Order: sequence, then C-alpha cells, then structure tokens
Amino acid sequence: MSAGTIEKPWQRWLIRLGVFIAMVILLVPGIWVVVTAFRPNIEVLARPAVWIPQNPTLDNFARLFGFSSAQQGLPVQQYFTNSLIISVTSTIIAIVIGMAGGYAFARFSFRGKATLFLGFMLSRTVPGVALSLPLFILWSRLGLIDTSWGLILVYMAVNIPFTIWLTDGFFRQIPVDLSEAAQIDGCTRWQAFWKVEFPLAKSGLASAAIFAFLTSWNEYALASQLTRTTASKTMPVGLMDFTAQFTVDWTGMSAMAVLIIIPALILTFIVQKHLIAGLTFGGVKG
Amino acid sequence: MAEVSLKKVVKRYGVIETVHGIDLDVAHNEFVVLVGPSGCGKSTTLRMIAGLEEITGGTISIGDRVVNALPPRARNISMVFQSYALYPHMTVRDNLGFGLKIAGQSEAEIKKRVDEASEILGLDPYMDRLPQHLSGGQRQRVAMGRAIVRNPDVFLFDEPLSNLDAKLRGQMRVEIKKLHQRVKTTVIYVTHDQVEAMTLADRIVIMRDGHIEQVGTPTEVFEHPVNTFVAGFIGSPPMNQLDAVIADGTARLSDGTEVRLPADIASKVSDGQQVIVGFRPDSFAPKGHSLHDPSDSLTISRAVTIAEPLGTETIVFVDLGGKDVQAKMLNPRPVTPGEVLEFTLDLTRLHVFDKTTGRSVRR
Repeated sequence: MSAGTIEKPWQRWLIRLGVFIAMVILLVPGIWVVVTAFRPNIEVLARPAVWIPQNPTLDNFARLFGFSSAQQGLPVQQYFTNSLIISVTSTIIAIVIGMAGGYAFARFSFRGKATLFLGFMLSRTVPGVALSLPLFILWSRLGLIDTSWGLILVYMAVNIPFTIWLTDGFFRQIPVDLSEAAQIDGCTRWQAFWKVEFPLAKSGLASAAIFAFLTSWNEYALASQLTRTTASKTMPVGLMDFTAQFTVDWTGMSAMAVLIIIPALILTFIVQKHLIAGLTFGGVKG
Repeated sequence: MAEVSLKKVVKRYGVIETVHGIDLDVAHNEFVVLVGPSGCGKSTTLRMIAGLEEITGGTISIGDRVVNALPPRARNISMVFQSYALYPHMTVRDNLGFGLKIAGQSEAEIKKRVDEASEILGLDPYMDRLPQHLSGGQRQRVAMGRAIVRNPDVFLFDEPLSNLDAKLRGQMRVEIKKLHQRVKTTVIYVTHDQVEAMTLADRIVIMRDGHIEQVGTPTEVFEHPVNTFVAGFIGSPPMNQLDAVIADGTARLSDGTEVRLPADIASKVSDGQQVIVGFRPDSFAPKGHSLHDPSDSLTISRAVTIAEPLGTETIVFVDLGGKDVQAKMLNPRPVTPGEVLEFTLDLTRLHVFDKTTGRSVRR
C-alpha cells in the first residue's frame, strides 16, 4: 500500500462527518414520517418542534384500521389489496414479456432491431405525468378508468422497456456457448433456456422484478388521475384521504406511509444481494 | 460410431460466402484435424457438422443419415468448446450427467457412466465443485468428460486447448490422444495450431478462405505440400521459400545462387519459368550437423546473421536469395554472428512451386 492511500485520522473523521451529514439529509424526512406515525397529533403541531416523541402511541394505526371509536376507519385493507394486486400483476406480466424481449434482443438478430431497442429506450424519456391527460381520455373511452386493469396496463407499459433493457444486458453476459452446449447435450432450445440460461439470469431477473414492483407500488401521479374509488385506489393515492378542506391529518397520513414503506423495505432487504448485482451490473453495461 | 461425410457444403451469411463447397469424408474412428488461419472457415464447418449453424448448400451426413435438417440434439454428437462452456451453476458431477439426465437415463445409469468418465479423466477429487473453482486444465477435462459420457457417434473439438498455457497445452494434447486411443470414436478437431494438428491427427485438413487446400496424413502434408500455403503453414520453423527462375534445369535465386534441381523436378519445369524454391530448415544444415547425409546435396557457404540456441538444436539464420533463411543445426556448437558456415542443402527434399499458381510442380 502506498503512503498516499492512507488517510490521517483527521481526514478520516472529516470523511465520516461528511457521510453523516449526507445520511442525515437523506434519512431525516423518512425518520420524521415514521416518528410522526407513532405520536399524537398535538405533538406534531407543537412549536417548537418535539423531536423525540413524548407519548408514543399506536392510536394512529388503530384509527387507520377502524379500531378506534373516535373516527371512522379508512378502507386501508382495500387500498392495500388493490396496490398488491396491481403491483404484483403488472410486475409478473412485465417480467415475462420483458424477459422474452430481453432474450430476443440479446440472442437474435432481426430487421429493425437497433431502431426498436432505441424506441423502447426513448419511451423511458417521456415523463409519466405528461401522459396523464391523453391516458385519461383514452382510458375513459375504453372504460378503464377506476379499474385495476387500467393501472396494470399503464404500469406494464412503464416497466416493460426497462425490464427489456436490464434483462438484455443479463442475457448478453451469459455466453452463447452455454446454450449451444446444452443443445448438443440433447436439449431443445426451450429446454436449454430454462435449464441453463434462466438459472444464470435469475439474479438479473430478480432485480428487474424489484424495480418493476417498486415503480408500481410507489407510483402516485398517474394512479391519482386514473383511480376514483376503492375499486382501484392504491395506497399512495389513499394518502390523500387524510386531507380535508382545511385540515391535514398528518399522523394518520404518516401511519399509512409507514404501511407503504414496510413491504417495499422487506422486499428490498430480501433481494438486496440481487439488487446490488443488478445495479452494479447496470453500471458497467456498455 | 460413424463416419462423417461432407458433400459440396456451402455456408453463406447474406451475400458473403465463407465456406465454398467443401468435400470431406471422415472414416469411422478416424481423428481428423481441421487446421488453418483464423477466418478460414474451419470453425464454421465444425459448427455446421454440429448443427449450430445452418447449412446453406450441400449435404452433411453422419453415419448413413443426412443431418442437414436435424437439430444438434438429434445428431448424437458431442462437442468440446474453446470456452469449455461448462454450466456455471452445476457441480462437475451435474455437468457430466446433464446430457444423460436430459435423455431420461436412470439415476443409477447416470452415476455409473459419470463415474466411468470421471475415472478416465481423473476427476474424482473435483466432482462436487463448481466450475469456477477449477483450474483451466481441470475445466478442460470436465468438458471432455461431458463429451464422452454420452457415447456419441462423433466428437467435435473447437480449439479446445487455445485457452491453456503452453505447458498445459502440451499435457492436454497427450491426454486427448490417450483418450482417443481408449474411447475409439470419430473425432473432428479444429485448431489453428499446426503442432496440434501434426501430433493429434490421423489426417489433416488444411483450410484457407473457405476452401480445403490439402487433405492428408501428417507425413503427407509435411513431406508433400501441394502448394506454398500448406508448405508455409505446416512445420515449425516454417519452410524457407525463395523466388527463383528456371534456367538449364537449375533454379537461379535472386542473388545468383544456382540450385541444381533433381531429375524428377527438372522434368516438370521449363526454362524461364518463375518458381518458388522451398526447403525446410532441417534439410538445410551446417555440415556435420544434419540428421543424416543426403544422397544428393548442394553445398552453400554463408555468414550467420543470427543464431537462436534451443538446447538440442540451434536455429541459424543466413541471408540467401535476398531473404532470411533458417537452418537447423543439430548437436549444436556455439555459433557467433558473422561466422561463415558451410551448409548442406538436401536436394532430395527440395520443393518447387510455380510462382503464379503457388502449386507444387510435382502435381
């Protein structure tokens, strides 16, 4: 090790301080949401701000699920179910189609391949909100407003190009020789895919699935336009139920936000390893 | 076990033709090596035999079946890839047994045959490892093991040794030869390394630009190359090739040196013909340092420009006919540059090629 790479103690502390400040900036809003979810409304509105909750409480969650007599519960279970159905369905479809597409781009040559790929990538450059009005008009004509399928279709359209891009890269990393060896060993192309290429692309597909799921799970702008009632409203849209004409129920909203964060957090932890593989991979992709 | 037959086989990618109608018959249990520089079409030919590339024209048959339309799995072949192509997510045991499992063999049968192959190749200590935990030579052995467990009609090797270092390559060459002696099967082996071709082959097929230049035993292609390409490709160090003009039954080199031609060659050339005179470094040795005394020879004195001692022999460079010519000095003694030596050119092993066609005048 050369002397130049060893930091002096004060340099090391300076770096740590920098990291600490960066983390505080990143984490404080999130922590504030969580803390708010566990305190009474009066503390939230107190001035000066109460940083450490003095009277931790689960009341906000009780109200949310309608266990408290003080206020009627919101259809949180319904929102959660909607979110889950919409996110999971759109993710599964996006992964299946995206994987097939990514495989095709990685392995086959066909006319217009480069143009098509560019087209998919360009579709990612359009901000989703810009599509909300055209989508709203189209969906209302098709009768898709306020339906689960209406949102599932939108999220598929958002996620498929990204999944194709990601899986294309993963399949490219797997040498063609392996599929050929499997075919010589007696596999059909289909068998070769499932027995050799698919197992090797698994971590890539897992990270693609997480990205797709989180996109759908957290999406607010389009969902707020295309949903109306409990028939299709998702968790992020449900947050707006806590705003009334003159008041905002910050504690209730925070409690619900915590409910949104938890599944995403659990999922991210489970597949963290794959996620990092997927992200770093994306970094070196040519 | 089967013979392989190629008839007028053509490969075209769009408008670009890379294999131009080649014919080749490989006999039952024969070890045939396709050799040539990169881009000569040897790998493409092998991949067409394997079924990994479509055949644009002609027919390929294995045994008595035309396999043109058959997918690789229906051809009963196995292949060792340059990259080995071991399945990274499977242990050595599973890699070896994969083909048998796909074929629906019983667990007991798979175990028996995998153990057999593992024993032949000395893989026993590694059976439960993943390929990433094996060295290059071990991976190479697993790849060969995977090929032999299935008892294929034909083994295909696609430059299997080119990823190994020189020492290991030599060892694996011997192992492949042993393997062929033990597991008698038809083998088609692709390489760009003429040493591999010479040492392994029953017959060598030398390819260039999608054509077959010559087919023959290692001795035939070494002793009787049909053209300058084969002459330059086979043998190491390569054959010396010098421009010359025929006059009165002798070949006059550009520096005026006259090389008397043996009668059998002299009768095939005419005065004024532009030719290339070829002789191997081992038929051009300093006096007293040759393998044997030739019955018909020519003595040429030249100053040494460079000497490369290799232990059992020294490669001596001299200037002849305006070119650097290599001579092989057996039982060498120290040679210093500038020293003038008398060289014996073995005329019985002289090659003469027509300059315009490049073909040997003997043909």
